[in-house]
Amino acid sequence: MNWLNNYVRPKIRSLVGAKSDVPENLWLQCVSCEQMLFHRDLEDNLNVCSNCGHHMRLPARRRLETLFDDGKFQEIELPENVVDPLKFRDRKRYSDRLKDSRSSTGRTDAIIVAHGEVGGQKTVIAVFDFAFMGGSMGIAVGNGILAGAQLAVLQDAAFVAIPSSGGARMQEGILSLMQMPRTTIAVQQVKEAGLPYIVILADPTTGGVTASFAMLGDIAMSEPGSIIGFAGARVIEETIREKLPDGFQRSEYLLEHGMIDMVVKRHDLKDTLARVIDLLMRKSPGAEIVQIKADAGEVSDTDSGTGTDGVGSADGADDGSKPDPD
Amino acid sequence: MAETRVHAFLDFEKPIAELEGKIEELRHLSDDGEISIVDEVERLQTRVDRQLDQTYSKLSPWQKVQVARHPGRPHCLDYVRGLITEFTPLAGDRGYAEDNAIIGGLGRFEGQSVVVIGQEKGHDTESRVKHNFGMARPEGYRKAQRLMHLADRFGLPVITFVDTAGAYPGIGAEERGQAQAIARSIEVCLELTVPIVSLVIGEGGSGGAIAIAAANRVLMLEHSVYSVISPEGCASILWRDGGHATDAANALKLTAQDLLALGVIDEVIPEPLGAAHRDGEAAIAAAGQAIRNSLAGLKGLDGAALRQQRRDKFLKMGDTTGL
Repeated sequence: MNWLNNYVRPKIRSLVGAKSDVPENLWLQCVSCEQMLFHRDLEDNLNVCSNCGHHMRLPARRRLETLFDDGKFQEIELPENVVDPLKFRDRKRYSDRLKDSRSSTGRTDAIIVAHGEVGGQKTVIAVFDFAFMGGSMGIAVGNGILAGAQLAVLQDAAFVAIPSSGGARMQEGILSLMQMPRTTIAVQQVKEAGLPYIVILADPTTGGVTASFAMLGDIAMSEPGSIIGFAGARVIEETIREKLPDGFQRSEYLLEHGMIDMVVKRHDLKDTLARVIDLLMRKSPGAEIVQIKADAGEVSDTDSGTGTDGVGSADGADDGSKPDPD
Repeated sequence: MAETRVHAFLDFEKPIAELEGKIEELRHLSDDGEISIVDEVERLQTRVDRQLDQTYSKLSPWQKVQVARHPGRPHCLDYVRGLITEFTPLAGDRGYAEDNAIIGGLGRFEGQSVVVIGQEKGHDTESRVKHNFGMARPEGYRKAQRLMHLADRFGLPVITFVDTAGAYPGIGAEERGQAQAIARSIEVCLELTVPIVSLVIGEGGSGGAIAIAAANRVLMLEHSVYSVISPEGCASILWRDGGHATDAANALKLTAQDLLALGVIDEVIPEPLGAAHRDGEAAIAAAGQAIRNSLAGLKGLDGAALRQQRRDKFLKMGDTTGL
């Protein structure tokens, strides 16, 4: 079946009588361990290889579904900007490239902005769509980040950015470069409002995207094995004429080098994100209640609660927070 | 936790060790189902307790240094496990490296969101190496600064646990500005508009300690020490002989009790009978109580008042001119 899909062109296949209603590529090969994975199993497992745990890219929309509570969110419409301001042309017109990407992805540019709740807290998420011209950042993407930030400020919500991008969009030239300060201003607006700004650096986060809003998170997290860097590995290798070390520019490498707070498996990402937002937004759950309990606790809390938060959980004031396992 | 660690006896604990050995022997006997020796065990236990009380109520400064360094003493992560829920470690200085000598993160102390920072020494060879024996490099102090800024931005109180022989002395550390990192860290502590409460839980080693302890409230465990230099270091410089560590320890006034009298710290947290390494949980609970009281006492103060309180407190230390 597989060889047929891979090697026989569709037209010929229809001639040899293969059923046309069978979707192509039912099986995918894990690039890391080469295990064959059934597409539905892979999807159910959030595009994580069930054999070796390798994290493959997750489509933008799926990201939103997995992070928002119950998969529910509201996508916002982004304002239509002037298209192709430089009338750019390489081997192909930029306007044509855009048209192609728009028809193949069904969206206007490489970013989706949506709002909803994460762990019960109001949250705005701006997620890059790598399938749209490699998630490259031009004016429309910059506008998406700005719109997301402003919506977060308006809603008093946390702002989460999930870049997955090759960097600035060359076809918009210097105006792409200017998205670096523009998105930085977006971050400043969120921070000035006292709201959390969290970045999940998804595979790959590179170039001007990394060198602007993506590296400015209050909290920065990534998934195992994600490529995060400024210059591309090939460019560096060609420049310094040296072989790069194993794991270079992977998320674990960045953690070790102090650039990100944590590397989180995709299956744990939602819970981790929810906890961080909760810690930063809901500073003292019922501050007054805790105060009273704390005072009462001074008398009763002579027994030492191992592992659990002494007074809080003993009094039941600690709403739902799990005691740390020893 | 503490129980699983090797119960190392300090040299001045010899009589206690002998008595506890006897109790252990008797317990084994009773397992054989012979005569009941409960009374005898109880009698010995009373003697142990009395001995512990006597020994620990008049520890010499040098003995305190030994207790403060006891491997079985609860370390930073033990306090975090015992007192902080939803602890979410955060990593990195965003410049050079993640330094495991200083751990930090978000969590809740009795429901209140806080930022926790502290030096972790580790408890076995592997973890000691991982945490570099609690001796931080510049990136550790830069991470601490970053987390303090985070706390400030979100209005979260900062709790720090101090337990370090000192900042790490090394070529790389100097190249990357160990002194600058400590200086800036002190500055950030003093700038904070949120409450910061520091606990010296073991060793408060010099600049490496004050970097995260220029706090509104500085508390010390009863048998912890806090000093400008280690007694050994002091002895080798001033006596030109490291063997004079005992003399140096006496001269330095490094015990919690001395520092309270000097007005350098605000409170001494009582330790359980025979010190924290005999009952980690009790020590952690006492620390929790002290943190709670400290935070409650700072509750009414706004950002400016918190900074002023910190300034006034440190300006007054050792000063008789009223500057």
